[in-house]
Amino acid sequence: MFDKILIANRGEIACRVIETARRMGVATVAVYSDADRDALHVACADEACHIGPAPATESYLLGAKIIEAARRTGAQAVHPGYGFLSENAEFADACADAGLTFIGPPADAIRAMGSKSEAKALMERASVPLVPGYHGADQDPALLASEAEKIGYPVLIKASAGGGGKGMRIVRSATEFPASLDSAKREAASSFGDERVLVEKYLTAPRHIEVQVFADSLGNAVYLFERDCSVQRRHQKVIEEAPAPGMTEARRAEMGEAAVAAAQAIGYQGAGTVEFIAEGEDFYFMEMNTRLQVEHPVTEMITGQDLVEWQLRVASGEALPLSQSELTISGHAFEVRLYAEDPQRDFLPATGRLLHFETPPQTRHLRLDSGVRTGDSVTVFYDPMIAKLIVWDRDRASALARLRAALAGTYIVGVTTNTAFLAAVAAHPAFAEGGVDTGFIERYAEDLLPAPEAVDDDCLALAALAEMSAVRREAAQDALRSGDGGSPWFRTDGWRLNGETRRHLLFQEGEQEFVLDIGYAPGGGLEAVMPGGAVMSLRGDWQENRHLRANLDGRVVSARVLRHAQDFTVLHAGRNHLLHLLDPRNPDLAGEDEGGQLTAPMSGKIVAVRVEPGEAVAQGQVLVVLEAMKMEHSITAAQDAVVSRVFFAAGDLVEEGAELLSLETADD
Amino acid sequence: MTVLKSSISTRAPEFRENRAAMQSLVETLRGQVDEVRQGGGERPRKRHLDRGKLLPRERVRTLLDPGAPFLELSQLAAFGMYGGDIASAGLITGIGRISGRECMIVANDATVKGGTYYPMTVKKHLRAQEIAEQNHLPCIYLVDSGGANLPNQDEVFPDRDHFGRIFYNQANMSSKGIAQIAVVMGSCTAGGAYVPAMADESIIVRNQGTIFLAGPPLVKAAVGEIVTAEDLGGADVHSRTSGVTDHMAQNDAQALGMARRIVGNLNRVKRHDLVVEEPREPLYDPAEIYGIVPQDLRKPYDVREVIARLVDSSAFDEFKALYGTSLICGFARIHGYPVGIIANNGILFSESALKGAHFVELCCQRGIPLVFLQNINGFMVGQKYEAGGIAKDGAKMVTAVACAKVPKFTAVIGGSFGAGNYGMCGRAYSPRLLWMWPNARISVMGGEQAAGVLATVRRDNIEARGESWSVEDEAAFKQPILDQFEHQAHPTYASARLWDDGIIDPLDTRMALGLGISAALNAPIEPTSFGVFRM
Repeated sequence: MFDKILIANRGEIACRVIETARRMGVATVAVYSDADRDALHVACADEACHIGPAPATESYLLGAKIIEAARRTGAQAVHPGYGFLSENAEFADACADAGLTFIGPPADAIRAMGSKSEAKALMERASVPLVPGYHGADQDPALLASEAEKIGYPVLIKASAGGGGKGMRIVRSATEFPASLDSAKREAASSFGDERVLVEKYLTAPRHIEVQVFADSLGNAVYLFERDCSVQRRHQKVIEEAPAPGMTEARRAEMGEAAVAAAQAIGYQGAGTVEFIAEGEDFYFMEMNTRLQVEHPVTEMITGQDLVEWQLRVASGEALPLSQSELTISGHAFEVRLYAEDPQRDFLPATGRLLHFETPPQTRHLRLDSGVRTGDSVTVFYDPMIAKLIVWDRDRASALARLRAALAGTYIVGVTTNTAFLAAVAAHPAFAEGGVDTGFIERYAEDLLPAPEAVDDDCLALAALAEMSAVRREAAQDALRSGDGGSPWFRTDGWRLNGETRRHLLFQEGEQEFVLDIGYAPGGGLEAVMPGGAVMSLRGDWQENRHLRANLDGRVVSARVLRHAQDFTVLHAGRNHLLHLLDPRNPDLAGEDEGGQLTAPMSGKIVAVRVEPGEAVAQGQVLVVLEAMKMEHSITAAQDAVVSRVFFAAGDLVEEGAELLSLETADD
Repeated sequence: MTVLKSSISTRAPEFRENRAAMQSLVETLRGQVDEVRQGGGERPRKRHLDRGKLLPRERVRTLLDPGAPFLELSQLAAFGMYGGDIASAGLITGIGRISGRECMIVANDATVKGGTYYPMTVKKHLRAQEIAEQNHLPCIYLVDSGGANLPNQDEVFPDRDHFGRIFYNQANMSSKGIAQIAVVMGSCTAGGAYVPAMADESIIVRNQGTIFLAGPPLVKAAVGEIVTAEDLGGADVHSRTSGVTDHMAQNDAQALGMARRIVGNLNRVKRHDLVVEEPREPLYDPAEIYGIVPQDLRKPYDVREVIARLVDSSAFDEFKALYGTSLICGFARIHGYPVGIIANNGILFSESALKGAHFVELCCQRGIPLVFLQNINGFMVGQKYEAGGIAKDGAKMVTAVACAKVPKFTAVIGGSFGAGNYGMCGRAYSPRLLWMWPNARISVMGGEQAAGVLATVRRDNIEARGESWSVEDEAAFKQPILDQFEHQAHPTYASARLWDDGIIDPLDTRMALGLGISAALNAPIEPTSFGVFRM
């Protein structure tokens, strides 16, 4: 076994690898960029090396720097995690050249699976099932029709040279075939100058099922059963589970053996995943991932094995810890990926500081793999995944109940997340039934991404109580500082001579505004006139651990209300609302008749500045293009105006909320 | 400390009658205050709001820390004067907590005759400044006023305690390190222009505030220039060009936020030498005061019953309990602060006056604030007492009270007649704050006595001429005098003329005193040097 390894990664996977290494008595070296100086993985490791600026291309993707760090610290092996350099054959070679063990497959195996067409040819030779199809040179229509018949309808006609859906036709029966072929060829010829087509089986409701394989340097290979990752959104996995619902023993063995055959065909070593698409009883090879997968914990939960430990053992030359016959499945596991993204804005990645990050405590039923803590930031530089929640129980229904409970107890404030979306998926009846296909999210989008629920009076009342409690606490602190601690001036019950006073609270959620008219009742209570006119009698205060114990019109409720400056996150009765308490006194608020100010909707990089100072712009005109999380966002003029100043140039990094340019409108 | 024993019966018919009478007085007071809170009435309020301005009370609330108390002063100033519609004299003043510290707020109410200064407006403004100066309270002026009320110019402009004194006070308070902050939220014309100009820091609201020595009409008349108010003295002119203002706000709320920020940066803490304890509520229900205080001022009752409902834990350590028993003196705590209480329990005799002077000396020696509970018909009269030197004993008490430098607070809880008013720290003796209960009366002597004195003089004249004066004629002669005294001794008459700082519900006395004492601790307690006591 190694004495010391370097983890060439960051975030939760680096932390997760370090944890196993520590348990095995292996010292760890972390690497970090400027942005990760205070990151959790750095704090967890025994040693850490700085490897460059924040962008991954200047740090985590620079193999030479990582190898240098390993050399400097005396690490014997490099664990690449997933992403970054994990499937980079040149890096694997460079490690070998530097005398370091790459904890992963041989470079040749990475290369073999790196090219999809080569991989498919290899798999065909190894008798791994592929999607049935005809890829031949003979384009005789009669031959193509008979091949389609052989494959079985429905089939897909695709341009051989094509992509992007051009020249692609779904054909459901033989009678449609000739006409579809003609039109596909025409479109292929006009789009690509090449009318050749191929015919493949069309899967109407495919599932994504993958098999975890492991091989050692002594020629042993096993499979650790399957994971079902069919719940996807644009090819990004959302929920993974193991085992796959509806899987039979026979089919499991068949798929497992096919996966092992695939691994052996390329002389694989270490952890790998063979991905299949499956429909009905059939399954077909899609690709092989030559690394540890993000979703590996579900396999660990049902097999009771630590796959990172297996990786370290295999990489150090040991045999696989268990043989195939010793591996069994126990219970059922789910994993959800908590992402900093906004499901209501087409899953636009979000950035910001995690003002509060809390999940239920870890038990043998609940595991949290996280690379962040409260106070850390989610930046534009890396994947916006915050953490993974993994649950296990003896059967699927019980595990699913645990997943729902875990999500209900997850509170993240400061960054918009997909937590509610995940909870909606976990609560969906079709998902509970099991065996959904990859079209699940699209099909049920309305259920899973419902229009946000309006804020109800209870939530507003809780926010109001939270604010009034906060005011009380702040006044108590001011009193201590004042040198006159017991002074009645620090009371917060709105005392007036010969009369009463009230307080108006203006909460905003998105575009909506809610005004509460609050009166002070004797004994510290409140009488609130709610936006709809109802009068509620309120009382309550924060308990320890930020639970707000409240009495709303005689109903005693306990809710979570998290306050950060003027923002109140109210989590109550399955609702989650972010209410901003407007303080019109804030001198920093721009006045209504100020010239237009345009700010970055999220942190990112300026790709293009399309205007110059002095230029007249029309309403809707694109002014600046911002790239964040690999997506482009256009900043447009809200009205006709003249550009007065531009504060950034292409290539600059900007923070969310940064003023990008200023406009002068005609009436200024 | 000794806990006072109460011996009242809340079931007694007299208690119930007293309670009902006081309740009715307090309701009347609340009704009057509610009325003046409406400022200049519906139409001017609407016009004010339509301009995008906050109403003056809303401005005050916005300026204060959320939920913080506001000790308003002279709510009924000018009540019933000038035709009866100058609510609160067109000016809201009071002490409130801003950014964690007590400040004096002086806010014009432009809905009342454009916020112009009537004589009582000037008096109220100056009184607020006097309180600020005595207690070292930063002053925040929310300016929205057309300046002096021209028809009353002779009573607001020329004299020492007229308009000019406002700026004199600003300069002198500033020199003592008492911050002067002006927020220009409307007109600020002529003399008014000096409020922001004399301030340490000033804020102006864009498109609302204007500052000029002469407004556009006068400029046109004087030099023929035609200019808009905004161009003549608006926020842009004064924030960018003239430098009369330091900060420009987009609206009222923002301007008030800026003022809060300025106070937050004042860098002052209270330093005091009082031994302060944890505040504790009285053991007896303060609401019982209503039933304790007789409707008839002439009716005696034990003032200790009132003290027991004002002080912490109803604990009161009496001084010279067996001597001069018509004056109660003793130590107690209010909201945790140590106080020396001096309360009337009957007419003042030589012994009571000597005891009072002694007790004032004790409190000054020890730096303990004084609270006077005033209910006094005067000093004892008659040959025996004059010969006994009651005048010089009364003078000792008046000297002690006049010279005492510890913070003094007075609540007139009953009668305030004659020289008793002096010895019990009436307005002329500069208590930091002076309030009246709604049942109180104040005049040089009681109406009965005054009518009696005048009737006696008249009867002597008539009878000297050998004529006779019937009982009916005498009654008819006395009635207008009785009416005049009743009218002028009434607390609303007094409060309208700023003889006090406000009429308060007896139930608010404890809170008002606590706030007043706490505010007084902003200023150091000077050592007292007494004048010559006539022995």
